[in-house]
Amino acid sequence: MDIMQVIEKEIKPVDRSIDFEIGDTVRVHYKIIEGNKERIQVYEGIVIAIDNKGISKTFTVRKISFEVGVERVFPLYSTRIAKIETVRKGKARRAKLYFLRDRKGKSAKLKEKRVAKSAKNEAAPVNQ
Amino acid sequence: MRKALFGKKIGMTQYVKEDGTVVPVTACELGPCVVVQKKTIEKDGYEALKLGFGDQKIQRLTKPIAEDLKKNNIAPKRYFGEIEAFDPSLEVGSEIRCTIFQENDTVDVTGFSKGKGFAGVMKRHGFGGGRKTHGSNFHRAPGSIGAYTFPAEVWKGKRMPGRFGGEKVTVKNLKIVKILEDKNIVLISGAIPGRRNSLIKVTVK
Repeated sequence: MDIMQVIEKEIKPVDRSIDFEIGDTVRVHYKIIEGNKERIQVYEGIVIAIDNKGISKTFTVRKISFEVGVERVFPLYSTRIAKIETVRKGKARRAKLYFLRDRKGKSAKLKEKRVAKSAKNEAAPVNQ
Repeated sequence: MRKALFGKKIGMTQYVKEDGTVVPVTACELGPCVVVQKKTIEKDGYEALKLGFGDQKIQRLTKPIAEDLKKNNIAPKRYFGEIEAFDPSLEVGSEIRCTIFQENDTVDVTGFSKGKGFAGVMKRHGFGGGRKTHGSNFHRAPGSIGAYTFPAEVWKGKRMPGRFGGEKVTVKNLKIVKILEDKNIVLISGAIPGRRNSLIKVTVK
């Protein structure tokens, strides 16, 4: 194995795998430190990109907040992420959904992915 | 006496600190280095330790070096260099590992920068250059290189285009972020000179 991968494996702060896909709506529970207090902020939006960069792997979540588009890039292996919930499975045919930036209102919505009945009964996957 | 060690640059990555902040780091393989020769004031006029780093085939070394290593029972080494004699207990043949460093140490890193070839003044000396558009005919040229009748010559040392890079560079005041002792890997904050796998020297402040 490449020595760089060995090092990154060793210094990885949290072991977290991705349970969501491009187009899914996720809720990211993100720890925020104010002074010496810590609280959790929830950010909900559509995953429009996942960038595989080894230990620096990131995912981009887009949402519309007060009619303004907001995009946040989260490092997947950040210790500040408390958990990631998948709220809704979206149907996407490409790996990067940057075309959503040009869309507004209903046209910016993705069709919900149909899941098999047995899978539907299961609770939404929660990533701790 | 400043502790120092030779090693090689491996590559850059990110390190997440305990509070969740991310720092850019360069991974370096430091040591183990073997003391090949001890220079003394009586014999050489100064005190130093000559270290060997990296493995090498014996037939690739010159005879004097190979014979010298054989005499002291040291495996053939690829690179050799001197450091200050920081520890008097070190003898010829003893090994120095990255355990001489501690996390949060401030270090200087010396390496051999990447060669940039024949570079212009903007890249080589950071000149501003001219406008790219709006009818400008002055883009990346150095401009005037001096006055006319006086001094009637170009001052020596005038910054001009030429060979850039490929020289010894020291970056000072970097922090050691993490030490992976069993792998001889040290993570140093920020960028360090040179290409990957090039020889570097790390000195504690």
